[in-house]
Amino acid sequence: MVSIDGKEHSESLIRVRNLNKVYRRGGETIDVLQGLNLDVEKGEFVAFMGPSGSGKTTLLNLLGGLDTPTSGSVTVDGDEITHMSGRHLASWRARHVGFIFQMYNLIPVLTAFQNVELPLLLTKLSKAQRRQHVGTALTLVGLGDRMKHYPRQLSGGQEQRVAIARAIVTDPTFLLCDEPTGDLDRKAAEEILDLLTELESNHGKTILMVTHDPLAAERADMILHLDKGALVEAAEEAAAS
Amino acid sequence: MKYLPFIFRNLFRKKTRTILTIGSIAVALFLFGLLVTIETALNAGVDVAGVDRLIVRNKISLIMPLPLSYQERLRQIDHVSEATFATWFGAVYQEPKNFFPQFAIDTETYRTVFPEFKISDLEWQSFLADREGAVVGKRTAERFGWKVGDRIPLQGTIWTGTWEFNIRAIYEGSRSGDDESQFWFHWKFLEESRPWGKGTVGWYTVKIDDPDHAVTVSQTIDDRFSNSAYETSTETEQAFAAGFAKQIGNIRMLILSIGAVVLFTLLLVTGNTMAMAVRERVPELGVLKTLGFGDGTVLFLVLAESLLIATVGGALGVGLAKLFTLGGDPTGGMLPVFYLTTGKMFLGIAIAVFVGLFAGSIPALTAMNLRIVDALRRV
Repeated sequence: MVSIDGKEHSESLIRVRNLNKVYRRGGETIDVLQGLNLDVEKGEFVAFMGPSGSGKTTLLNLLGGLDTPTSGSVTVDGDEITHMSGRHLASWRARHVGFIFQMYNLIPVLTAFQNVELPLLLTKLSKAQRRQHVGTALTLVGLGDRMKHYPRQLSGGQEQRVAIARAIVTDPTFLLCDEPTGDLDRKAAEEILDLLTELESNHGKTILMVTHDPLAAERADMILHLDKGALVEAAEEAAAS
Repeated sequence: MKYLPFIFRNLFRKKTRTILTIGSIAVALFLFGLLVTIETALNAGVDVAGVDRLIVRNKISLIMPLPLSYQERLRQIDHVSEATFATWFGAVYQEPKNFFPQFAIDTETYRTVFPEFKISDLEWQSFLADREGAVVGKRTAERFGWKVGDRIPLQGTIWTGTWEFNIRAIYEGSRSGDDESQFWFHWKFLEESRPWGKGTVGWYTVKIDDPDHAVTVSQTIDDRFSNSAYETSTETEQAFAAGFAKQIGNIRMLILSIGAVVLFTLLLVTGNTMAMAVRERVPELGVLKTLGFGDGTVLFLVLAESLLIATVGGALGVGLAKLFTLGGDPTGGMLPVFYLTTGKMFLGIAIAVFVGLFAGSIPALTAMNLRIVDALRRV
């Protein structure tokens, strides 16, 4: 059960406590996140919404260990990541987080197969084992027949599928999706959302997704809005407005 | 190894730029290869000079002669095991550009003092038996297409007129730096035929029993002939060859200067290429770090690219220089020992590796220190 009240929940996979992020630009300080609390259990699908600049991507970056908070803590599966060194954080990301970006962020000079293989290069798997894992991931996203295609030879929806295969190929603890359908047409967006829903329901993946699209957010188990640096549940926000 | 395909893909994402950079490095290292070959050629005498041989020349100048009678007196000095002599002949074959060194030698002792020149006993006996006979180095024989039995006319420049010789032997050096361009004939034939300078020789080469005695023997020789009409100046063969090379100028300094300029230019070219490559790829580097590639791995990937470009370019340039030098002396006799040593080839490649590492280090450090959130913002 997703919770934002900051009370202890023994089942939490992701536990965020009193998270603050302050940016300083020139002499000005901007409080992006203020005392944010969040608990997410394994296998849940959470959508974060909010206006531009509300801190959605900042939150995602902090959850994924891409950025460090000003104060507060992020604990994933018992590991508190906020005090990890850069080296430990990199290896933690490789094992625990699958990232899916709005612009897919595939490496253009690599084929679909090689793009998906990238995170596996950091493991001790043999070449044959890597090939098997990549094959499984690409088949799961419906691109088993496009392994040798370069990103430029794929449609936007297909590129995003490759990105999803890259995110899941190491079987990470959770997936972080930053506007995964933001650059896609409706049909392709629906296909990607179907895929994410399938990953949650059939494969038990924990998914945290930032989106502007209400239709995309509806696929999640819970929609949370970021407002003035804190999270509120969608129902509460509707009542407030 | 598992990163190699990734590194290669990145290298050839801008094919033209990579090929041009490799080409620049190859040209620079080709130039380096030629420069060190010329340096080797000019110092060849120094490198292969015998440590147990002394050169005794006229104190006034190398072109002034010494009396033939000195040979016996030199042999009597302690630690001298043999003394041979030679006279510079200075003729040309057919036309002035066909220059090569010719010496009138003491046939009885020359081979003992210079054992590094290999001649078959049969050919040597044939040479001794013919007063107009000559021994020619393999390189000169190949240059003019001479073979044993040919009769060769030379135009004298010191002792004018046409001098004819019969090629009786062809020698080869036993080491790669040995001069294979010389032409030897009987000093006695010169002595009988020349109108002036009789009873003199150009210089003596003295073989000593122990290189440790070189200084004392040199001093003893010069003392022995001091206050005579023909005072001597004695030095080791190595010092003599080095002095000879220095007459042309400080080649080593010249080569070092050119080499430094080439190196600096290479650093700029390769550094610029790598800096551009990193700048263009900032978002991708951010993605790699997001996926869990550590700072060290990112540093390695960028450095490996730079290193590969420089090493391939370097190997290509040095390889081309080696191929060029295999064709032999391009000056027609001025640089008889013209080859690129294996050591210098490795030095060239080592320079390329250094350039790759140094030029790639700043872009690699930039990539390593890239903050993921900043890099991803540039998508």
